[in-house]
Amino acid sequence: MDAAMDLIRRMPPAEVEMALASLLVLLPDHSADLLSKVDQPLQEAWDDESGRQYLLCDYNRDGDSYRSPWSNKYDPPLEDGAMPSEKLRELEVEANEVFAIYRDQYYEGGTSSVYMWETEENGGFAACFLVKKDGSRKGEGRRGLLDHGLWDAIHIIEVSEEEGEAHYCLTSTVMLSFTTKDDPSMSFGLSGSIVRQMEADFPSTEGHLGNMGRMIEDMESKLRNGLDQVYFGKTKEVVFTMREPLEILTATSATGQSLQQAVVGDIVRRRSVH
Amino acid sequence: MDGATDDHKAGIAKWFLLRSPPGQIQQVAKDVQKILMSDKLYQQAASEAFPIYNMEQMICLELPDGSGQVLVSNCGALDSTHYLDLRTAQVATICTKVRPATDEELPSGFVEEYRSAIDSELLKYVEEAFPRGSCAVFCTAGSTAEEDDAPFELTALISASKISHQNFSSGSWRSTWKIQVNQELQSVDLTGKVHVNAHYFEEGNVQLDTNYEGSDSTVLQNPLDVATAVVNIIRSKESEYLLSLEESYSKLSDNTFKELRRKLPVTRTLFAWNNALQLSLSREVTRELSK
Repeated sequence: MDAAMDLIRRMPPAEVEMALASLLVLLPDHSADLLSKVDQPLQEAWDDESGRQYLLCDYNRDGDSYRSPWSNKYDPPLEDGAMPSEKLRELEVEANEVFAIYRDQYYEGGTSSVYMWETEENGGFAACFLVKKDGSRKGEGRRGLLDHGLWDAIHIIEVSEEEGEAHYCLTSTVMLSFTTKDDPSMSFGLSGSIVRQMEADFPSTEGHLGNMGRMIEDMESKLRNGLDQVYFGKTKEVVFTMREPLEILTATSATGQSLQQAVVGDIVRRRSVH
Repeated sequence: MDGATDDHKAGIAKWFLLRSPPGQIQQVAKDVQKILMSDKLYQQAASEAFPIYNMEQMICLELPDGSGQVLVSNCGALDSTHYLDLRTAQVATICTKVRPATDEELPSGFVEEYRSAIDSELLKYVEEAFPRGSCAVFCTAGSTAEEDDAPFELTALISASKISHQNFSSGSWRSTWKIQVNQELQSVDLTGKVHVNAHYFEEGNVQLDTNYEGSDSTVLQNPLDVATAVVNIIRSKESEYLLSLEESYSKLSDNTFKELRRKLPVTRTLFAWNNALQLSLSREVTRELSK
């Protein structure tokens, strides 16, 4: 399994689905482990009854059926599918509604879903907040910049409560890939996947949604900025150390170095003459 | 469910090996070996994958007697284990011996004049622009051409890589420039492709994949002048590409990324969770019902 996880970290993120499918063929005995540990872009489904899209994951699945967060029904229908309690379902409904607004403001489109389930811990529960956005030209890309563009975010929060204070543990995964081709002579593509965790304690007197929402917002911003500045920045650094811009004179560039040597050579020569 | 066939498994192993990021094939190979749990299958996959990988990545190998380097590519491949180095007129067998190239393996004297002139000029450019790059020029068509005779084609390859496992990063640059010399039309036409990859994997996995295509032409002259003209074209096109890359990176944060997710909502403030919760429909309904 360690070898499998190491392998996944080296494969092009844009091809993770093929990579996972291949690993499942080679390691059928580890399929449960692989399916739960290897992050995959989210699949979407259509809820006919509510007329809305929803996202599929392990937490709204029972057997081969998936539960829609809008209608709360399984597709294909199930007699005794796993359901959140009535109270939790209320919270789930509200979460889906509010998260959809959040999603619209940050993603200008896309699909989101929130699923909740009870955990064993003293009345605790867990929730997963999912977002999927297709930002390509043929998808929901408003500026038409991307030939291909996908963002998937999976946030899983575990909540435990004690006397008006709650403890939240958030694990977030972001997967993205995109290619631009505004210049016909060049294509530019970046893809990536990162996972981060965050824990916090907040008073739960006003309910949990605000706390969870703010944590997720904070985390998404950190991940978005991290990918943008640190991670993509590092790939740029790699390129520019492989091939140096020739017009620029810097201390370390080839032109700079040869100039330095010429100047130093001159000074040494003049000194030895005197 | 039936187990997959041996061939299917070897095919999958080959798929993984071929997708190794620059300089990481040994690590990928170790992982694949562990997962396959069968040395026979691994050897089957590796023996097919490694030659293809080496050629695609344009691996550069030191010649054992220190006479230079040989660039592994499909332009210079005589077969899957023998590679031609025209600069020293030798043939290298991967992993073992080196021998002089035979006359059939070398281009005609006429073609060789152009090939070696371009090679020397290219070496200067590569030394200047690529801190750790290597290059080679091969004759890929019409190697028996003589003066005033048939057209011929040379291919110039540049290969550079940067591998730093401690910094969790690696990258490769591969240029392939096809140079078509047409003696009848007195023209030299160039078409080039540059493929750049970079991988950063410190607690994450981010990869860059970019391609460039360019072309230009010049007049057929004596070998030295053609060499200068050709390499100048290569130098300027590749510099143009680098500038475009710079631009793409600078647009990332405020433009490209926005297509996926904005930094902040249009209001330029964080999301108003309290307001949204106050206005949420279900809370309203609950409030009404509890009155």
